[in-house]
Amino acid sequence: MNRREFTKLGLLAGAAGIGGIPLGITRAVGQTRGGTLNTIIQPEPPILVTALNQQQPTLTLGGKIYESLLRYDFDLKPLPGLAQSWEVSPDKLTYTFKLHPNITFHDGAPLTSEDVVFSIMKVLIENHARARNTFSRVEKAEAPDPLTVVFKLKAPFAPFLTAFDCTTAPIVPKHIYEGTDYRKNPANAKAIGSGPFKLKEWVRGSHVHLVKHEGYYRPGEPVLDEIIYRVIPDSASRSVALEQGTVQLTQWTDVELFEVPRLSKLPHLTMTTKGYEFFAPHTWLEFNTRIAPMNDKRFRQAVMYAIDRKALLARIYFGLGKVATGPVSSKTKFYEKNVKAYDFSPEKAKALLDEMGLKPGADGKRVTIPYLVPPYGETHQRTSEFIRQSLARVGIDLQLQGIDVAGWAEKFSNWDFSMTATTVYQFGDPALGVSRSYVSSNIRKGILFSNTCGYSNPEVDRLFEEAAVATSDDKRQEFYSEVQKIMVEDVPVAWLLEIDYPNFMDKRLKNVVTTAIGVHDTFGTVSFG
Amino acid sequence: MRALALSITGNRGVAIAIAIVQWVARFVAVVLVIATFNFVLVHAAPGDPAQVMAGQSGAADEEMLTRLRAEYGLDKPYPVQLAIYLKRIVTLDLGYSYRQQRSVLSLIAERLPATLLLTCCAFLLSLSAGVSLGTLAGVRAGKWSDTALTIVSLFLYAMPVFWLGLMLVLLFSVQLDWLPAFGYVTIGVQMTPFERARDIAAHLVLPVVSLGAVHLAIYARLMRSAVIDVAHQDFIKTARAKGLRRGQIIVHHMLRNAVLPVVTVAGMQAGTLVGGAVVIETVFAWPGLGRLTFDAVLQRDYPLMLGIFLVMSVIVIGLNLLTDAIYRIVDPRVSLRAAS
Repeated sequence: MNRREFTKLGLLAGAAGIGGIPLGITRAVGQTRGGTLNTIIQPEPPILVTALNQQQPTLTLGGKIYESLLRYDFDLKPLPGLAQSWEVSPDKLTYTFKLHPNITFHDGAPLTSEDVVFSIMKVLIENHARARNTFSRVEKAEAPDPLTVVFKLKAPFAPFLTAFDCTTAPIVPKHIYEGTDYRKNPANAKAIGSGPFKLKEWVRGSHVHLVKHEGYYRPGEPVLDEIIYRVIPDSASRSVALEQGTVQLTQWTDVELFEVPRLSKLPHLTMTTKGYEFFAPHTWLEFNTRIAPMNDKRFRQAVMYAIDRKALLARIYFGLGKVATGPVSSKTKFYEKNVKAYDFSPEKAKALLDEMGLKPGADGKRVTIPYLVPPYGETHQRTSEFIRQSLARVGIDLQLQGIDVAGWAEKFSNWDFSMTATTVYQFGDPALGVSRSYVSSNIRKGILFSNTCGYSNPEVDRLFEEAAVATSDDKRQEFYSEVQKIMVEDVPVAWLLEIDYPNFMDKRLKNVVTTAIGVHDTFGTVSFG
Repeated sequence: MRALALSITGNRGVAIAIAIVQWVARFVAVVLVIATFNFVLVHAAPGDPAQVMAGQSGAADEEMLTRLRAEYGLDKPYPVQLAIYLKRIVTLDLGYSYRQQRSVLSLIAERLPATLLLTCCAFLLSLSAGVSLGTLAGVRAGKWSDTALTIVSLFLYAMPVFWLGLMLVLLFSVQLDWLPAFGYVTIGVQMTPFERARDIAAHLVLPVVSLGAVHLAIYARLMRSAVIDVAHQDFIKTARAKGLRRGQIIVHHMLRNAVLPVVTVAGMQAGTLVGGAVVIETVFAWPGLGRLTFDAVLQRDYPLMLGIFLVMSVIVIGLNLLTDAIYRIVDPRVSLRAAS
């Protein structure tokens, strides 16, 4: 018996588990079934109903409770979810899904095609911006029999089959929501879905306790008995929790990136950056191209040359990611790698700035530009400082302005900024997650993640539109390759990195990351050993 | 003044009644002023809750923003929003947090006990330990034990509270594995009430020590200098001359006189009991009101923020009254002056 165990026996005889490792884990050792997974949810979500709220933590937790028709492998190819098979008509206008039989909601009611049609055409279209963009293209959704759902589109929409993951199209029970004010429905507190886990208890500020859904339709799932999501607001405490074994899994930014090298060395942990393919987070410097000097293409190109993005990746992101080469993530279909390359070259940057007449003054500064530091944690702060230093070397003086989330969102979305940085998700297809940042039709004041930079190029608009409705992948690739080449020359924003977020997990954990949405998936097959 | 005048003429009952009415009127006025002030302050910041929610969900469009703003009542002009708010407060309705989908009062009621438990324990610890250590240092002024206590209290005073918390976690949780690193109670375990109390007590130790450290140091410093001050006064010499034992002198003569500055500072600390633990609650993942406040601020949850601020101000006003009362008990000379 080592000291740890001894102390535990002595101290914890009365209050079992004071040492922080709940009994569920001990029980799970050496077993393949049962057990409790302890993990982190940060920040605490306001509600768990993913159809009504799509904040990051809501989606992570809600993915265990709510399912959708499909799932996606790491290459974003569809896999069966609630639907066991599906068919697309040759004209790409009709999509027919066959549901698994015997699916039940947590309250025991059966899940049928009526629930699917109701969720998608009513609840999601009303409440889910991302789903609305896709499903408002549906002309008619029908439920000819309890296990069949048919969507008829107004016009072909290529990425339609990519929109049925549980974060985009969660299915909620019609018998509970129909005819009510969805957002104020008291059942929201119970979060009744059809996923492998159901809500047992939510102690605000402390934890969310999920337990096995006994009536789950997939035989043998879920393997775990319980999942406990703990709310741990301090990043240092989160690392301690992982180190100590109090939690066995972290996701997204639970662990600050500078902790990654240290935690990676711990013998009881393993780390993977897989499971973010669907989101494919893309970080870039955003210019307000409506105002000088950001309105000059040469200035934006100079910024691309002036930043050593490899060094940024190595020093600030500890190698967790890749240098971005253009608007489309290399993890997404239709990525084009043959585009203009911006190698690190302060000389080229200076030459471009000279050429556009932006000469250095007596103090060596060519121009002073305010820069809003994105209020999303330590890594963004460090990135901003890195960029300020990089640009200072070519005479661009950035003035960093700290701000809180609401202030940042307000200024950024209302075009009241010169430069800032943002991280945007690609959602599996350029038509879902890329074009929205650049097409003229999406220049909408007051709306975040629209075309905030103010870039407008009729040729780019046309290519994106044609690519979205083209019915063959080859044709789409052609359009997307062309648009990427044009945009990389134009540099509407300065693409920095494709970020890989680390998932740390206890070595005994199996099957945590099996699809392109990683930790957002149902966890039905996750097990200890 | 009027209350005082009446009490001198002997109409004591009437005087007390008038005093109470005056006090209640003043209390209501102060609360309404505070509420208005809070409202203006909260709405002066750029950005609104709808924007924050949109910023965290990775996608947004007009429809979503318009709907959220209508839900939050943010589409009405400010004066109208303020009027609605003040009217509700008068009927003791603190509103509804759309973000959390719960009534503000229930959210506060749920978190208040955890915070009170934490901060009251820290308060008692810092007060008792601070006064004892300060007295000890004061009566042993100049000796090595005084120097040691002084160094320790300066050290505690200078230490950032989050850093102390983290160091304690590293030592007692990570290295020694004696105490839980964070949380309020062990999750997912069936416990008898007694086991539960023990479990909560174990979870309390580190946050209470971290939170209490700064004030402990302040009390110790104050107490030490006051004791040294009092020790040289004539009545102590007289007491000694009467042949009283040293312990009696310290307890009956020195402490009562030396403790007044501590009561003043303790009254101020008491004011922070409700909301002052944000940092510690964050470091130790303590499900209290401080963190609820912090989250509400970050998320611009206006109804919740305003509700918390209001509850806090009411409690602070109450604690101020209590401090006054204690002052009068400790030093009877205060009462007459305070009554006017």
